[in-house]
Amino acid sequence: MSNMLEVKDLKAYYGPSQALHGISFSLAKGGITTLLGANGAGKTTTLRAICGMVRAEGTVTIDGEPVTGKATESVVRLGVGHVPEGRGTFTELSVEENLRVAAYTRRDKAAAARDLEMVFTYFPRLKERMDQQAGTLSGGEQQMLAISRALMLGPRLMLLDEPSFGLAPLIVQEIFRIMRRINEEAKVSMLLVEQNAALALDLADHAYVLETGRVVMSGTSADVKSDEQIRKSYLGY
Amino acid sequence: MEQLLQQVASGLANGAIYALLALALVMIFVSTNHINFAQGEMAMFSAFVCWQLLNWGYPFWVALPATMLFSFIIGVLIERIILRPLHTAPLLSVVVVFIGLLAIFHSLAGAIWTHTVKPFPSPFPNFTFAGSGIIGPHQIGMIVVAVGMLALLFCFFRFTPLGLAMRAAALNATSARLVGINVDWMLALGWGLAATVGSVAGVLVAPVVYLEPNMMAGILLYGFAGALVGGISSPGGAVAGGFIVGVLENMVAYLGNMLERATGFYLIGNGEKLTVALIIVITVLTLKPSGLFGRVTVKRV
Ligand SMILES: Nc1ncnc2c1ncn2[C@@H]1O[C@H](COP(=O)(O)OP(=O)(O)O)[C@@H](O)[C@H]1O
Ligand SMILES: [Mg+2]
Repeated sequence: MSNMLEVKDLKAYYGPSQALHGISFSLAKGGITTLLGANGAGKTTTLRAICGMVRAEGTVTIDGEPVTGKATESVVRLGVGHVPEGRGTFTELSVEENLRVAAYTRRDKAAAARDLEMVFTYFPRLKERMDQQAGTLSGGEQQMLAISRALMLGPRLMLLDEPSFGLAPLIVQEIFRIMRRINEEAKVSMLLVEQNAALALDLADHAYVLETGRVVMSGTSADVKSDEQIRKSYLGY
Repeated sequence: MEQLLQQVASGLANGAIYALLALALVMIFVSTNHINFAQGEMAMFSAFVCWQLLNWGYPFWVALPATMLFSFIIGVLIERIILRPLHTAPLLSVVVVFIGLLAIFHSLAGAIWTHTVKPFPSPFPNFTFAGSGIIGPHQIGMIVVAVGMLALLFCFFRFTPLGLAMRAAALNATSARLVGINVDWMLALGWGLAATVGSVAGVLVAPVVYLEPNMMAGILLYGFAGALVGGISSPGGAVAGGFIVGVLENMVAYLGNMLERATGFYLIGNGEKLTVALIIVITVLTLKPSGLFGRVTVKRV
């Protein structure tokens, strides 16, 4: 079985400063891989580089198709749902418009309608808030909306940037439960960036640890979890 | 009393023009944060194109849509060819480009059609009716066409997927790309639509001010005032602002005339309309920097 995502020797730059120094990793079809590491390690930049949002070198292959150098919207149209850092909701638009705009590029409107129903089964709260301005949602609801918006693209691959950020533990649990369901039921592969390593390792099957733009550690989640040395020096718990 | 109504009616008619121009300015502003100083000259150029088509014998219902289409294409081309390379340029370079565009359209119109003032036929039939003493047929036509145009645009942005995508691109370009929207094309489309809206304003106002390369200079200022009063970030506000400025400038002159007739003391007349309008704009902006209807959004982290 080929990989959903293959990243080789990825380098990324913000202006003259280099943020990624050649990282490589892969994500199996249907799998969940997590990128861990301290603040500033380069996790967000990795997701941005995959989506053509920063200047990058190296090769990124999505389901066999090379995407390096492609415009963000072209990568997205391959079925990549990026839930960005800070959630990126259209705060001035209603919840419904946020979901509708995500289906803008889809030809198959019937499939989009089915996905909307699927979103409602995962997040019934959003259905009650369809006419509400997205900016007035609570933090947890905004994160749900951001994930739902990615789902409305009908993705094969989801890139999730710290979905637990700033949320109460109960909400985080709920969101992670639903992410597992999305992975299992909708067969969406996931690349999960987290600072909360314990949480991420429970969900993911493979983990890569980044430090200042390099991969310093990798393995199955079980291996990483059980290695006290790694936990102490890189994951801080 | 009749005089007052007359002033209000003609204020609304002028306001319709200001509203269209204000909306054109806002459409470009919300997606790029740029004020298109050339908007007025583009509208003037469009009015000349329409005049030329009429002069060649085409009926108005052919000339106007053709002019709108031409303006749309020009708007798209300006964005794609001239402004695209400037996306990351400093603000000052963009301002210089806009002033350059203004000068180009101005001298181009002068070169092609000369600076002689030309009459522009009103597209609306001249007829008398009960209210003829208060409002003329062309003024009614201006209001009806402008309001119709505004309603169409409202429906487009509110109810169509493309309109929603354009709004999304203007609100948050990064997020728009992340749902697969080609933001660059949305900007170009926005420019095309703004140029189209401006062209309608130019054609509607040409019979009133007559056709010549300078025709839009003062009018754009009023449109700008309308946009600022209503809120440069709010399309609905800009439209309301345009009408407000239109009525207000006439009221100022009207009250000035009343005062002069009653006391013999000249304070304000037609000559000071623009000054007073600008004073009002500055006052509004000082008290409420986002304009009367500026976007107020609730943000929670
Ligand atoms: N927009 C930006 N401009 C310049 N440097 C940036 C920008 N975003 C991130 N960086 C730098 O890139 C490095 C990696 O950041 P980031 O990918 O955001 O880390 P993480 O997501 O792991 O916290 C950091 O040194 C950060 O300072
Ligand atoms: Mg980050």
